[in-house]
Amino acid sequence: MVGILEDKDRIFTNLYGLHDWGLEGAKRRGAWNGVRLILEQTPEWICDQVKASGLRGRGGAGFSTGLKWTFMPKAEGERPHYLVINADESEPGTCKDREILRNDPHLLIEGALIASYAIRAHTCYIYIRGEYVHERERLEAAIKQAYEARLIGKGNVHGWDFDLFVTHGGGAYICGDETALMESLEGKKGQPRLKPPFPAGAGIYGCPTTINNVESIAVVGTILRRGASWFSGFGRPNNTGTKLMAISGHVNRPCVVEETMSIPLKQLLEDHCGGIRGGWGNLKAVIPGGSSVRMIPAHEAETALMDFDSLSALKSGLGTAAVIVMDQSTDIVRAIARLSYFYKHESCGQCTPCREGTGWMWRVMERMATGEAEMKEIDMLLDVASQIEGHTICGLGDAAAWPIQGLFRHFRHEVEERITNYRAGKPHVQGASLQAAE
Amino acid sequence: MSVRRLAANQPDSFAFSAESVEQAKGWIAKFPEGRQQSAVIPLLWLVQKQQGWVSEPSIRVVAETLGMPVIRVYEIATFYTMFMLEPVGSHALVQVCGTTPCMLRGANDLKAVCQRRFGDRDHLSADGKVTWQEVECLGACSNAPMAAINDYYYEDLTPETFEQILDEFIAGKPRAPGSAIGRQGSAPEGGPQVLSDPALYDGSAAKALKAIPNAEPKKRGKAKEAAQ
Repeated sequence: MVGILEDKDRIFTNLYGLHDWGLEGAKRRGAWNGVRLILEQTPEWICDQVKASGLRGRGGAGFSTGLKWTFMPKAEGERPHYLVINADESEPGTCKDREILRNDPHLLIEGALIASYAIRAHTCYIYIRGEYVHERERLEAAIKQAYEARLIGKGNVHGWDFDLFVTHGGGAYICGDETALMESLEGKKGQPRLKPPFPAGAGIYGCPTTINNVESIAVVGTILRRGASWFSGFGRPNNTGTKLMAISGHVNRPCVVEETMSIPLKQLLEDHCGGIRGGWGNLKAVIPGGSSVRMIPAHEAETALMDFDSLSALKSGLGTAAVIVMDQSTDIVRAIARLSYFYKHESCGQCTPCREGTGWMWRVMERMATGEAEMKEIDMLLDVASQIEGHTICGLGDAAAWPIQGLFRHFRHEVEERITNYRAGKPHVQGASLQAAE
Repeated sequence: MSVRRLAANQPDSFAFSAESVEQAKGWIAKFPEGRQQSAVIPLLWLVQKQQGWVSEPSIRVVAETLGMPVIRVYEIATFYTMFMLEPVGSHALVQVCGTTPCMLRGANDLKAVCQRRFGDRDHLSADGKVTWQEVECLGACSNAPMAAINDYYYEDLTPETFEQILDEFIAGKPRAPGSAIGRQGSAPEGGPQVLSDPALYDGSAAKALKAIPNAEPKKRGKAKEAAQ
């Protein structure tokens, strides 16, 4: 068998688009089955079941989904409740929600209805990244089918009035942050808001709002159909369930696959991706959770498990379970410098440490990549990175600092070597390159 | 941050086509009354679909349609990088993903192809047919390297296949989007290794459930009342 998870326990049975994505096909694979029974239960029951399943948010932060839902007011007051689904998948390395949106959209629609009922919302917006044009068209078509079959909409067969709308962004990574997404959804620049107030108190249009990742919502229907204990039976305690994992970079066969949480990283790469290009010994480093987590070197990748606790013990993180693999041929400094450019490009410009810092870090990283930098700039860079980390409204500042910290944690000697080699045999002009850094 | 400015040369006016007006109404209707500003990104996108780019007069039209100050729409158009602020190639807008996962698998070679054939990025090529850009992660990392050409994704590229695809666009006969090596979505090359159990697809999963696990006894009426 390949991997750990068996076919019968897979939630996303049309992950690769081999079958009909439409309503008929989805129903045949089990979607929408039993939703009426689920909606006969109380919202509290749904929250409790989802809590018991151990489902943690799949967008990167890993907060308990069921617990998040309980933060919403217990009854709808004057202000309507909203569910917002974050389909602004832009984290480098991450391409899992895309497969749900285009191949299994009905699982998402079904989950949206159940989650909305659980938080007592009658309206849900799905905010999809602007570049996913094909995925948006597919999702809109699926929603149309659901409306026509009266599965959703006013006076639908489930007895909970529910409207579902798709909207889209304009190509800004920052809109993946929940408060920036709300700003964008309101038709403004995607600049994150300060919390509190938290979205459950005042979200879009000042109304109570819950924001969840696509994958978190799309698994809910199947969890409730099969039972919380079925889902919590996978993985280690506190890290339960199945998870879509996206592998990119230097493996023989990159792919997206659903696996159990806590699968050994090595097994994931060997079984599903045909191993590292040139064999396991050729592995240099892995970024295990999308670009915003720190990398782990080959010897740590050997024993790492794909879950929250194992990876955070290695000072990395599960993030979105987007594994970026780098083999020995990689210019690892250049690879991280490119990520620094990404964060510089995507900073929204609101907080000074991030707006100025991401650009500064990128420029220094570029010189580190050529070796042109000064040796003492390494510590200066790490100092600046720690000044950005934790001093911004949203997590983009942290996310920009972590890849750099990860690089120097494990590969500082490579950068030092590069600087030494660059200097060797060249006349040294004091301070020349420092000036360029400013 | 990316610093973006409107183009120096602007047309005199802009008007939505009848089709765009219909679509714009659809977008506005999605949002609660008085919140029509929420439709600003979709409307600017409609402008770009109609005109190919976002001009200064079109920003005014969008502002008027949504009852927004012009400066707020201007902010949106310059903040969100998908909006082209200059005219783009008549045959292809090529957006090569250059972020690390694609870079690791050869995006720099694709950029070199574009540079050689069309000149500097972010400008019209000499014949006016193509504009190319390097963009940040497009979210198709398992199918890297890739490029979006006129909105749709072309994946698993090599410099050779990329050049073929570009030629087809320039000749006005683009191929269907997707993997250039015939991969099924994001399945591993050579075909999926999982999801082969026929029981998943024989309809047995559609058999109506009689009960769901851990369910509490019926209290439908009460639950609904409490929730309403």
